Amino acid sequence: MRPVARPARFRHTSKMPALTWLPTHPDWPAALKAAEASPSLENLTTLAHCNLDFIRTDRLDRLIERVDLNASSPYPTIRLAVLGSATTAHLAGAIRVAGLRHGLAISLYQGEYGQYAQDLLAPDPALAAFRPDFLLLALDGYHLASLDPAAMRARLHQIWHAAAQLGARVIQQTGLPVHPAQLGQNEFLLNSPSSALTQLNRMLREDAPDHHVLLLTIDEEAARHGLDGFHSRTIWHRAKQEISPAAAPYYGDLVARLIAAARGKSAKCLVLDLDNTLWGGVIGDDGLDGIVLGQGSAEGEAFVAIQAYAKALSQRGIALAVCSKNDEANARAPFENHPEMVLKLSDIACFVANWNDKATNIRAIAKSLNLGLEAMAFLDDNPAERALVRRELPMVRVFEMPEEPALVADCIAQSGWFESVALTEDDRNRAAQYAANAARAALQQTVTDIETYLSSLAMRLVWRRFDRVGLTRIAQLVNKTNQFNLTTQRYSEAEIAAMIDAPDWLGLQFRLVDSFGDNGMIGIVLLRGTGATLDIDSWLMSCRVLGRRVEQAMLAVTAEVARARGAMRLRGRFVASGRNEMVRDHYEKLGFAPEPDGFALLDLARYTPPLLPMMIEDEP
Amino acid sequence: MTEAELLVAITPIFRDAFSDDHFVPTMSLSAKDVPGWDSYKQVNILIALEEKFGVKFRSREIDKLANIGDLVRLLGEKLGG
Repeated sequence: MRPVARPARFRHTSKMPALTWLPTHPDWPAALKAAEASPSLENLTTLAHCNLDFIRTDRLDRLIERVDLNASSPYPTIRLAVLGSATTAHLAGAIRVAGLRHGLAISLYQGEYGQYAQDLLAPDPALAAFRPDFLLLALDGYHLASLDPAAMRARLHQIWHAAAQLGARVIQQTGLPVHPAQLGQNEFLLNSPSSALTQLNRMLREDAPDHHVLLLTIDEEAARHGLDGFHSRTIWHRAKQEISPAAAPYYGDLVARLIAAARGKSAKCLVLDLDNTLWGGVIGDDGLDGIVLGQGSAEGEAFVAIQAYAKALSQRGIALAVCSKNDEANARAPFENHPEMVLKLSDIACFVANWNDKATNIRAIAKSLNLGLEAMAFLDDNPAERALVRRELPMVRVFEMPEEPALVADCIAQSGWFESVALTEDDRNRAAQYAANAARAALQQTVTDIETYLSSLAMRLVWRRFDRVGLTRIAQLVNKTNQFNLTTQRYSEAEIAAMIDAPDWLGLQFRLVDSFGDNGMIGIVLLRGTGATLDIDSWLMSCRVLGRRVEQAMLAVTAEVARARGAMRLRGRFVASGRNEMVRDHYEKLGFAPEPDGFALLDLARYTPPLLPMMIEDEP
Repeated sequence: MTEAELLVAITPIFRDAFSDDHFVPTMSLSAKDVPGWDSYKQVNILIALEEKFGVKFRSREIDKLANIGDLVRLLGEKLGG
């Protein structure tokens, strides 16, 4: 049979930004039926806390309209005027539903299509009578680029001023980059609509704080999710909707979270589960050396990233709490003794590890921190625990945590639950730290004296003997380091494990901490022997700490350890591997004497460590 | 999928769009027969169908649609029927 050419099917999969941090409802038709039979605020709020598409969001909104939110609800009423340059009516439902999700009863005033300037400057009596608390200027990218950036900036200042006179706080949508580039990547060279929007978006960020304006940064959202997720040219031509209806639920949440933040209703505490949330594995079963955390595996690094993000949140004023089903001593052990933990006990405002149910514990945490339950956001990998907390404490926000740990920090960030619109004292301190780091980097460029620069890095070389906690990373370094590796001896994890307690082996692991942070484990020295001469079986180091005199400090440690063991000499050699030329003269540079047999010897009696630009710490 | 199967498959979208769990789309039904089926609703329904079936409608195709039958036949073509 002859093959028949068939036209490629016009398949299409668009990636709409969705509320992925919320659970999808297991049985929407049934839930809807129940809510329609009794449209209580509680039922509707529960549905609003689901990852709904735009059709369902609108359907939920029509139910909300049947409830008199203002009369019956404990939620504060927010009067929001939406003025646009194109069609925005399709966003109203999603904004109201998102309001419910953020504990707000949003009442909307919709301007006429394209009339925003007249509404404000003329001014429209109906708008004034509405007395908006907030005024969303949803100006489309085509419109924002229709004047040159300076002229548009001046017009927006006028508009903002008029809105302020109505007593409304302005939410200004940044320009969605809808224009196709004419020049290409270096579009900024050209005076084009695309480059005009780029300039205007920069100006908006400069001007917003002084004018007390909140920015809805749709341009950054488009960078994150893709422009096509927000904007469809087909729909633009048909319906003059800049924001595609399919993106409305996400857009509505962006609006509601800003209002919630401005009203102080963002979450204030991140409650963290431990096992398989902050590290891989179960501390009670796997033990300190069995949990997956840190360099050595992709998963271990992903858990470090989660911790680093939580730490960053805590540094800008979000309280961290632990809520774990564990024996307390087990739960605390990694915080106290695991070298790869980013979070320390001092970062945790409230630490609860016991066998009570998590709803009870979260209640206790909120009480001890003197926070309301609606200020708590809960991160747990276990769907059963999440379901329990959602059912028992519907006011607590529960992340639908991705199974892949690498995606968790993004999930937390995209939820907008910690949205802030002003800097706190903590933020400002943090900003000062950043400035100091920047100054340090600048120092490297201006200081020609390398020693001065190295001392300014405030390095600490922390060492300990081989142990089970470090095993994975040791094996990784031993088997992957090619360049700074004197003998390129490879050992399996099991072989290294056997060396830990073997009397004729002595392994040293080194980590380097500096003012930019913890570089993790960066070096290994492996000694063999028990007599007067100790052989350096392996010596290797990560190239990212080259040029910092770390190898001299490693020798200082090694010499001291060898002396303590009763040795008189260290003996090492270089074995060429074809990739380790950089260390051919390593031992000579460190003061070892070459021997005819190819080995190099260091007489420990005559060795004194040089003055080094770092502290050396023996980690217990 | 047959036209009858497609009619069944698109029904939930129409029910959510019109908040009517008894809505039954038929081949001859058109926008003017249904209260609330305005141009805004039309765009919503089409986008929801695009998402559900993983297809994309062209502007010209949309302009030619006169009733649900046209829509079902267009969907059938796109799905390689």
